[in-house]
Formats: sequence, C-alpha cells, structure tokens
Amino acid sequence: MSFNNTDLAAFKDVWVFCEQRQGKLMPTDFELISEGRKLADELGVKLCGLLLGDHVTGLARELGGYGADEVIVCNSPLLKDYTTDGYAKVICDAIEEKKPEAFLIGATNIGRDLGPRCAARLHTGLCADCTHLDVDMPIYMDFLKNNSTLGEDKLTGIANHTVKVLGEDHDTARDLKMTRPAFGGHLMATIICPRFRPTMATVRPGVMKKAAYDEKKAAACKVTEYAVQLSAEDIQTEVVETVKAAKKLVDLIGADYIVSVGRGISKDVAGGIKLAEELAAELGGVVGGSRATIDSGWLSADHQVGQTGKTVHPKVYVALGISGAIQHKAGMQDSECIIAVNKNDTAPMFEIADYGICGDLFKVTPLLTQAIRDAKAAK
Amino acid sequence: MKIIVCVKQVPDTSGKVAVNPDGTLDRASMQTIINPDDLNAVEAALALKDETGCEVKVVSMGPPPAEGMLREILAMGADSAVLVSGREFGGSDTYATSQILAAAVSKIGVESDDIVMCGRQAIDGDTAQVGPQIAEKLHLPQVTYAAEIHKVGDTITVKRMLEDGYMTIKVKTPCLLTCIKELNTPRYMSVSGVFEAYAKPYEVYDYNTLKDDPLIDPTTIGLKGSPTNILTSFTPPQKGAGVMLEGDDKGTCDKLAGLLVAKHII
Repeated sequence: MSFNNTDLAAFKDVWVFCEQRQGKLMPTDFELISEGRKLADELGVKLCGLLLGDHVTGLARELGGYGADEVIVCNSPLLKDYTTDGYAKVICDAIEEKKPEAFLIGATNIGRDLGPRCAARLHTGLCADCTHLDVDMPIYMDFLKNNSTLGEDKLTGIANHTVKVLGEDHDTARDLKMTRPAFGGHLMATIICPRFRPTMATVRPGVMKKAAYDEKKAAACKVTEYAVQLSAEDIQTEVVETVKAAKKLVDLIGADYIVSVGRGISKDVAGGIKLAEELAAELGGVVGGSRATIDSGWLSADHQVGQTGKTVHPKVYVALGISGAIQHKAGMQDSECIIAVNKNDTAPMFEIADYGICGDLFKVTPLLTQAIRDAKAAK
Repeated sequence: MKIIVCVKQVPDTSGKVAVNPDGTLDRASMQTIINPDDLNAVEAALALKDETGCEVKVVSMGPPPAEGMLREILAMGADSAVLVSGREFGGSDTYATSQILAAAVSKIGVESDDIVMCGRQAIDGDTAQVGPQIAEKLHLPQVTYAAEIHKVGDTITVKRMLEDGYMTIKVKTPCLLTCIKELNTPRYMSVSGVFEAYAKPYEVYDYNTLKDDPLIDPTTIGLKGSPTNILTSFTPPQKGAGVMLEGDDKGTCDKLAGLLVAKHII
C-alpha cells in the first residue's frame, strides 16, 4: 500500500493522541479532545482519540465524555512504556491506513519527542506548541481581530481564502490554522500545512479549555481495537525504569490563584518565598516563579511560569518583584486579574497589570496578605 | 569514536527585541548568541572527549557570519567545524532543515560508535523538532531531554526528564541525544583555545557539496521543501495597563483588597 499524502481529499477526521502514563490519562488529553471536537465540527468530520498502551481499553470511554466519537485503542505489552520507536511505528501505521486530516498531540515532554519523529516519517508539516487552533475562516478572523494588532487592510487580505503557495493559488478553507508564539512571544504566527496531510500540531498543555464531561457521550463513544504490528526488534531503546518525582509537584495549570516571585526577592530569597507562600495560602493558591528564580535554584522547575515554563490563566496572578520579560508575560498575560508589586515603577509588568503597587515587596506583601484576610472576614 | 554536535546561532530574545512595522522581527537590531541548549550539548560532547579522547565535530546551518560562533566552539575545545550554508537552503522549516542537516551529518559519516548531539530546542522557534527529525532521517534511535549521560562501551544510559519525574533509558551507539540545561554547566573558551581556533579544520558545505545525497532534492529543501507555510504573522496587542494604586503601603493594600472583594475576585 503506497501512502500518498498529497491527495488531500483522501484524508478526513480529526485525531488526538491520548497520552497515558502508568495507565492514567494525562490532563492534556481532555483539553485536546475538547478542542478537537470544535475543529471536527467545523470540518464536519469525526473526532477520534488514539490511545496506546498495554491493557488500556478501559480508559477509552472517558475520552468520549469530552467529545470523542471514537477511540482507537492500540494494546501491546511493547507499548506499556513510552518508546519513540514503538509509538512512532504504530501511530504512523495507523495514520497511513486510516488517513486522518488533522492530528493533535499534547506538547508534553513525550509529545514533543513523538510528534517530530512521526511528521518526519510521514513527510508532513508539524507546528509546535500551538496556543490557538481554527479551521473556519470567519471564526479565525474574529480571533485575529481580537488578538492581533493587524489593521483592517491586512485582515481583509487574509479573509479572502486564497493564498499563493509556491506560486499557485491555494484555498485555505479546510486548512487547520495553527497559531503559536515565536521569538519568545514577541511575535505570533499562524502556520498552515497546505500541501500534505495529516496536518500535525503539538498543543501547549493548559491552554485549551476542557469541555464539561457528558456521561451520555461517554456511553455512546465507539471503542475500536487496532491490530498492532510491532516486534521487540522495532524498538532500539530500553526503558530501564520510570521514576516519579518524590516531591509533590505544584499544580500551576489547575490553580485559580498564583503568587509568583521574581528576581526582586534576591536580597532575602527564603524570606521572599515565605511571604509569597503566606499570600498564596490566604488566597487558596500556589507559588510560581519567573525563569530567574528557577535558574538561580531558588524554586524547582515545576514552579516556572512563562514561555519555557507553564502557561497559566488563573483568576488572580500576583507578580512579586517580577520585571515582566516578554517570555514571562507569554505564560501569564491571559490571567483574569493581574496584580503587580515592584519597586521599579517602569517595570514592564505594570503595562499589563490590572492593579499595580509600586513598593518594596518585603513590606507590601505581608500588608496585602493581612488586608485580604481582613476584607474576607468583613464580607 | 566521534561526537557530532548540531548547533544554531540565534537572536538573543532575552535582550531588547525590536519588531518592524510589518510585524517581522528586526534582526539587525539584535545580538546573536549560541543557542543556550546547544551549549549544553557542546559541553556534554567535550566532557566525553575529556574522558575518552574522542573527536568532537560541530555542525551548524546558517549564513556565513555563523563562522564566528563555530570558532568560539572550537576555542572551547571542539576539534573541527562544518558550516552548512547556501541560498538553496534558505526558507527551510524544521522538516527541510533536518533534511539538510541529516545530509551534512551523513556526509561527515556516522560510524557504529558515534553519537549525534543537539540542544533540546532553539530559543527563536522553541520547536524542539529538528533533533528528532534528524534522527528519523538518519534512522538513528533518539533520546530527548537528556539530563544525565553515562557511556560504558557501546551503551549509553540517559536520564530522560519528564514533567513529573524521569525515565532511565539505555541506547546503543550510534544514536542521537538532545540535551537540556540540567545536564551540565558549559565551559568557557580557554586562552590557548582561542589561539588554536583559527588553525583547526573548518569547512563549508554548500548545495553542491550535498546535492548527491538522496535527502537533498529541490522538493525537500528550502522554501519548496517545507511542508509548512506562514499564513499570518502578527504582534499581540498589549493588554491595556490598569490602575496604579497610590498612597502608603498599608493604604494601597487595603484599597486593593476592597476592590478585589467588590469585584468578587476573592
């Protein structure tokens, strides 16, 4: 069977790679299934989850509850642990056979290992770490109007579906429009893969909104077992062990309140972190940090907010002594309410803050914690 | 045994970044640096050289001025360098770039006891795609996110980081590893290294050097060979600045707490 990935019409359906670790689905799976549902509806096609592992069929229906019409399950003892070779072979086999037009993968440390390997083998385009996806042109235009600084003239040009690709007219109506930050968030770019299928995207965890779980949809979800063809010789690496971090990691993505610290705590690191923890505890949230605090070893990597850390959108984000480099802002600017405390009144963080306090965080933070405690008590 | 390290010269996005009115990056106004994760790959290779006496060769694709960066890496202790440069290669996306770099690595030659090393990702695109795609094109096993590397005979044991822990993975040479900053602290250039850097072997591979490789085809390199296209590029709008709360520290904190309660934020 030859795989012709330029016959675009032969490809349909949206697929989502559903990652599991130690038999547990990842939170990203539900975000991507929810987003994939939206895209499949815009295209008028089916949404399929692709689930690999050993004895993982039992996990499939839950994915239906978030919008998957079908879950294709690939079971094999050789798929119990993630290996690049094993997973890439089975996924590429399934794609060549069933021909989905779009394939989404969570941009986890595993998804970012798997996605490029598959895209290179399938000779197709992959857009990394997407933060926004569209198919329908009017919906995409609305997104651009609200989220870009493009003028009317530029927007009108894009709204016309046809673009030049290698000198020829190409209709973008059914293309997946994949938007991602570039240059550390200084620029945004929307990427298309006009000539090949499937269009592949890895999607940043924590960005897409999870849909409400629907028991009826879960019950209606079709579960299909895929005949895996894989032998031990196909896998050139050996997983000796998988070790979970001993310390409980901070759940920044799931937090409603985040108090983050930056370089401003340098004169008393332990004291600064303690003040942030007290404020976070009063708000019912967690502590995060800028890249500087992670690179200096003041906080562990799971606390990092920003382009190379996590993207968060809590109800309240308090930035204590964070100047506001674009890489940091890229990870938190969609927070519902941003409060900035900084000694320097020209700190870029104030440009995006809803409320700014120019002052010494070591003095302001305990007063703010107390003021919030008092205000809550007086309610 | 040799180690081939792939590196990239990138604009320093942590410094001041200027954007042109048409939404493209004003590269002329920016400093260039060696991509940070690639320096960890260089250090990992040099550490293995210290241990085993192996050869370290660096490869980069980029315009001719990238020579300066390669000379710096020679001054750190690498033995030789190759710059892959040609206008036919311009406009390449990650797919086409990996195709070209794979052809260059293949030209250098990957023997049974060799290792190819890359940084996890470059700070201009943050894609982390080129390493795995070179591995696929060369049919090499890959291990990404390497935080520790131990080599005994032909077996390499890698501590491969996950968000919530790590995996210990064994792989045999030849293979490709991508490196993260937790792996090591890159060394500086040495004074003697700087003197030697200009005497060390330095080659340029252009289109003609690589054109006989089956990976190099007008339909798989440059703009024509790139499966992805940019539909739109734009700058995000600045969220409007909010209110600066004035007054003494206690007064501003009380005012802020009152506002948060009034708006049902807390």
